Amino acid sequence: MIQTFPKGGVHPAEDKFAAGSPIKTLKVPEAVVIPLSQHIGAPAEPLVKKGDTVKTGQLIAQSKGFVSANIHSSVTGTVKKIDSEPDSSGYKRTAVVIDAVDDDWADGIDTDKTLKKNITAGADEIVRRTLDAGIVGLGGATFPSHIKLSLPKGKKADILIINGVECEPCLTSDHRLMLERGDELMVGIQLLMKALNVTRAFIGIENNKPDAIAHLSKLSADYEGIKVRPLKIKYPQGAEKQLIKALINREVPSGGLPVDVGTVVHNVGTAVAVYEAVQKNKPLIERVVTVTGRDMKEPSNFLVRIGTPVRTLIDAAGGLPDNTGKVVNGGPMMGKALNSLEVPVTKGTSGILLIPADKAARKPVVNCMRCAKCITVCPMGLEPHLLMPATEFGKWELAEEERILDCMECGSCSYICPSGRPLLDYIRLGKSTVSKIIRSRKQ
Amino acid sequence: MDKLITVSPSPHVYGDDNVKKLMYGVIYALIPAFLVSVYFFGIGALIVTSISVVSCVMFEYLIQKYMMKTEPTVSDGSAAVTGVLLAMNLPTNMPWWIIVIGALVAIGVGKMSFGGLGNNPFNPALVGRVFLFISFPVQMTSWPEPIVSRLQYADAATGATPLAVIKEGLAAGVPMSRLAEQIPGYLDLFIGHLHGSMGEISALALLAGGIFMLTRKIITWHIPVSIFLTVFLFTGILWLINPYDNADPLFHLITGGLVLGAVYMATDYATSPMTPKGMWIFGIGIGVITVAIRVYGAYPEGISFAILIMNSFVPLINKYVKPNRFGEEVKNG
Repeated sequence: MIQTFPKGGVHPAEDKFAAGSPIKTLKVPEAVVIPLSQHIGAPAEPLVKKGDTVKTGQLIAQSKGFVSANIHSSVTGTVKKIDSEPDSSGYKRTAVVIDAVDDDWADGIDTDKTLKKNITAGADEIVRRTLDAGIVGLGGATFPSHIKLSLPKGKKADILIINGVECEPCLTSDHRLMLERGDELMVGIQLLMKALNVTRAFIGIENNKPDAIAHLSKLSADYEGIKVRPLKIKYPQGAEKQLIKALINREVPSGGLPVDVGTVVHNVGTAVAVYEAVQKNKPLIERVVTVTGRDMKEPSNFLVRIGTPVRTLIDAAGGLPDNTGKVVNGGPMMGKALNSLEVPVTKGTSGILLIPADKAARKPVVNCMRCAKCITVCPMGLEPHLLMPATEFGKWELAEEERILDCMECGSCSYICPSGRPLLDYIRLGKSTVSKIIRSRKQ
Repeated sequence: MDKLITVSPSPHVYGDDNVKKLMYGVIYALIPAFLVSVYFFGIGALIVTSISVVSCVMFEYLIQKYMMKTEPTVSDGSAAVTGVLLAMNLPTNMPWWIIVIGALVAIGVGKMSFGGLGNNPFNPALVGRVFLFISFPVQMTSWPEPIVSRLQYADAATGATPLAVIKEGLAAGVPMSRLAEQIPGYLDLFIGHLHGSMGEISALALLAGGIFMLTRKIITWHIPVSIFLTVFLFTGILWLINPYDNADPLFHLITGGLVLGAVYMATDYATSPMTPKGMWIFGIGIGVITVAIRVYGAYPEGISFAILIMNSFVPLINKYVKPNRFGEEVKNG
């Protein structure tokens, strides 16, 4: 039996149109907009000012506070301004705008493509380089990676889990990365294992990527302790808790962290970034982004500099189809709809998805007929049909009691609802109010 | 942006299910049972079903449009489902005006008075059926002869259902072995060659529709299976204790409205529990009450009452029986 998580989940049409397109390196853009908040936590503090010249890979903003990450310039050029610029959230946030003139890399960065297999860095150094390089979780959640590598006192991990699931429909960036940069991935995994002091690592990959499973299985034979585990196709298997359950059958407690059950999860993209940071001294200034859609001319996977406008990516993939109804930053299940194509690619941008107008609208909302499909698909065992009215009518106690905060916003309930009810919209609202109430209670 | 573009929260894709598709799925699933009924009862099955469906849809439309002053939602198919299910619960020689009254009670009292689709605590078709059963007991218990009266709608020769034969026979002190001779063989019972309400006669056709609904994910297996298991075990125990005065469990499973009720009525979304555990409790409750009424009660048949009684417990079950929460029991595998 192929493994998967036991409860809930849905299986939307996969539509991985770009799966066969090798990663193309997109040329360095003329100007980049680099937001100072590309991660969960406090924005980084700028180190440059208007008029400064910066090199590719140069640190331009310093991590501030515990949950934060460094930001580096992705081009060589002049700082045009530091100002509020709209980002993918639709809000304006502080960003460094750089006019690019060249692509001259900062000193000490090894841009050579040869694989550097030999690991010399110790655990502390790996964590420090991860912090220095500004690495965040590249699966989309953008949690600063160095924090996940520095385990809380008294906690111990025995297994590292590498997330190559890519359960979001349409996205193929992790798939291509596993196929094309498997060697770097393996070294990256070894670095993560060393930092965490674990001897075993499992790479979880869904069955719709048999080539990646075969390729990495072959490679992993040369690396001790690394095993590839094929998984049954089911969304949201890429969610940390579901992936841990699927691979090692441990259940992260409500409100807990993976390390509570002795494991840490990192995305494949993050592992490659850690390889580059530690072995090549290269900060995180570029990432692989899938650009796709049903009516897209050339669905593609691009290696893109952070700060490149989304429009540039779409143009490189054959242009915006006339019938585009919605542009999504991320996958169709958890991505955010963009209100502008001028916003930049950031560290968390795993894909740009173009949805045709005939699929962009929501379903008409009718009465809940209590079919219980939302309960069946909720991977957290919640009752979305109950959480929605709890929010609607402000029954915050009930919402808290029914563990609204356990919702990870995978959207399976809204996806499945035959009555077209916006369950997740309300649950999001409820979550923010309930967490405010809990915070005020603690003060 | 060059033109107006939709900006909405995730998810950005949706499944294909909608209310209409699910409701029509139930109707498609009932086609085999309907055809069997037409085969055995002829014109009466057609007439009863047509009157019931048309009246249910009409009453829902009129009530929504003129009393509730809302946009009628009859196109979603839920009123039609109630109509078909009500017909399935009636003898095929039922006078037309009684069917119309049943439809009014089912839709008006059973469904719209609570606010329409999804808000009704009791299965509307059963509300209609039980109302008619209490108000018109004679007409509700005169079942036409299968096959012989195909071309007649009313005033055909009638007879009692196998369940009634057994019930009255046992009450009169006749042993089960002698009563078995007065009812059709098990194969006939299974296929549907017997006296009964139009949709309940063929366990075979009903089960085929049930499998269709399972594969289309219209229903889950929990409620039907828990009812069948409970009835089988309960009647099985009684039969093992005293085979002279009790029918065997197989007889109980394939006769009366058990399959119709378990597969199509008890699984009604709005009136059944929402978690698998809750569904088991609900199903076991229906099974126990059904057998209790059949064996000890005043009526030969009990599933309609059993479902309605358990319907009333559904809010409680939903309140106290929760799904398995993720991360509740911390397991280290």
